[in-house]
Amino acid sequence: MKRFLLSLFVGLSCVTTPVLAQNGPLRIEITDGVIEPMPFAVPNLVPATPGDVQIGADLARVISADLSGTGLFREVPSSAYISGINDFNAPVQYADWKAVNAQALVTGSVSTSGDTLTVQFRLYDVFSNAELGNGLQFTGSVQGWRRMAHKVADAVYSRITGEGGYFDSRVTFVSESGPKDQRAKRLAIMDYDGANVQYLTDSSSIVLAPRFSPNGDRVLYTSYETGAPRIYVLDVGQVQRRVLEQKEGTMSFAPRFAPNGHTVVFSLTEGGNTDIYTMEIASGEIVRRTTAPSIETAPSYSPDGSQIVFESDRSGTQQLYVMPAAGGEATRISFGQGRYGTPVWSPRGDMIAFTKQSKGRFHIGVMRTDGSEERLLTASFLDEGPTWAPNGRVIMFARETQGAQGRSGLYSVDISGRNLKPIPTPDGASDPAWSPLQD
Amino acid sequence: MSILKKTLMIGAMVAISACTNAGRFGDDAYGSGSAGSGAIVPGSANDPTSTAYFNQTVGDRVLFLVDQSNLSPEAQLVLDGQAKWLMTNADYVAVIEGHADEQGTREYNLALGARRANAAREYLISRGVAPNRLKTISYGKERPIEICSEEACYAKNRRAVTVLSAGLTG
Repeated sequence: MKRFLLSLFVGLSCVTTPVLAQNGPLRIEITDGVIEPMPFAVPNLVPATPGDVQIGADLARVISADLSGTGLFREVPSSAYISGINDFNAPVQYADWKAVNAQALVTGSVSTSGDTLTVQFRLYDVFSNAELGNGLQFTGSVQGWRRMAHKVADAVYSRITGEGGYFDSRVTFVSESGPKDQRAKRLAIMDYDGANVQYLTDSSSIVLAPRFSPNGDRVLYTSYETGAPRIYVLDVGQVQRRVLEQKEGTMSFAPRFAPNGHTVVFSLTEGGNTDIYTMEIASGEIVRRTTAPSIETAPSYSPDGSQIVFESDRSGTQQLYVMPAAGGEATRISFGQGRYGTPVWSPRGDMIAFTKQSKGRFHIGVMRTDGSEERLLTASFLDEGPTWAPNGRVIMFARETQGAQGRSGLYSVDISGRNLKPIPTPDGASDPAWSPLQD
Repeated sequence: MSILKKTLMIGAMVAISACTNAGRFGDDAYGSGSAGSGAIVPGSANDPTSTAYFNQTVGDRVLFLVDQSNLSPEAQLVLDGQAKWLMTNADYVAVIEGHADEQGTREYNLALGARRANAAREYLISRGVAPNRLKTISYGKERPIEICSEEACYAKNRRAVTVLSAGLTG
């Protein structure tokens, strides 16, 4: 994150206040238990010209929505402001912001020149009468204005929590329409907050479980385009796709990239038996990694690429196992009551998220990579398929409602179990996969 | 047992008339039967060489218990009939579609559907059907025929369906 911030730092024309140590009072420990959201204010960004007034207001709105959406911050409404910010470089009137109990203050300026958008911002620790960190400037396209807002919010979140941000990220998912017995599915991609939905395929074949490459430029998914389930790789920028594997008499599904970006781990079914395989995308070389008569599927690499977590019913029911990436002896890590599936290794490497079925209910949960400290975050008729935010602190998943009118939608929840909320999508949605932070 | 079998058949027929397979045997109804005479309309359910007859009278599907892929005695009876029919009507090939109910994760259900389809295929082969006439595919929980969230619907969705097409000789 530090490197990310530095690389974006272009420098402000004015002298910035020296950096305040991050162990100051403006701090949220997001691993704490129940917390009181921190009040903050984001006045409309100061426009360079009257033509920039609207985008200054829009940017403030998205920054605020990002921060409030975490459940860790609470916006002080602009109607409560005593004074506004009319000059980005003028000294901040701390007393006016203390009076409305805004602990954090985000100020900014915006200017546009042709298609180029320039945003500057500063973060203030109001009750310390000091700026927190240095001012930053971001430059991008006017069309990509929401990303500028997400970058500002990521920097604010990161400075206050000490964690990496996750707002400037995208989610690929399966967009669903129609009733359960005639459901049409197509791949889609959107910003993490549901904005800017684009469709990557049509709905002429069933498509399942898209997964991002480590740098977000490609998506692996499963499609019935040729009749049987096959793995495809799609270039997000170009929307070009190709099939990866077509062995006669088999089906392949549940692909994920290795952290190296050129190996794919997946399930292949032959003669009714499903095992885990890897493939080198460039050469097409396939290596079998499990050889049990049971079902082995839903593999996911550890972030260092050394291990694979997967599900297997070799014990009689679905449970989670970890094995070396090259295959070999697997260690069972799930021992609670019920069935465990769809394990996903956290990008931080410290936890594994999973779907659990127990007593007719579905849960999204997390556990340490050795299976200890299991914690269930949700419960419903059908919760499934967790995916991690880039900072490993938030999980998105799909929830399907019960009955003939059942509909699937996306939700997110903190790994503490707090802040469960729906993610807006234009239609039904399932199988979300979160991208890494964008460059 | 015969009552149970009848129940299964009726279930299957309701399902067929309700949805996915209607188009299939509708399309195949022309030209797949022998030349008609008398009361038997070629391609109709009265024509024992038709896909309609296979689907409705022989029974095109077998059902499974929760998370199971072993064949019940009832399922074996249906498959015995399918094998006999396929041996007699050698022009047909079949794709056996394995399905699961919605109570399970997507990947696991794909693998489970594959197990079910394969169990039916292996059984048909054991009864003499040539392996190269039988393919399998799994839809997991992607293609339920009943959409309620109760066991009555789940029981019909946990199935392996033998879908015929005019094959080897076209």
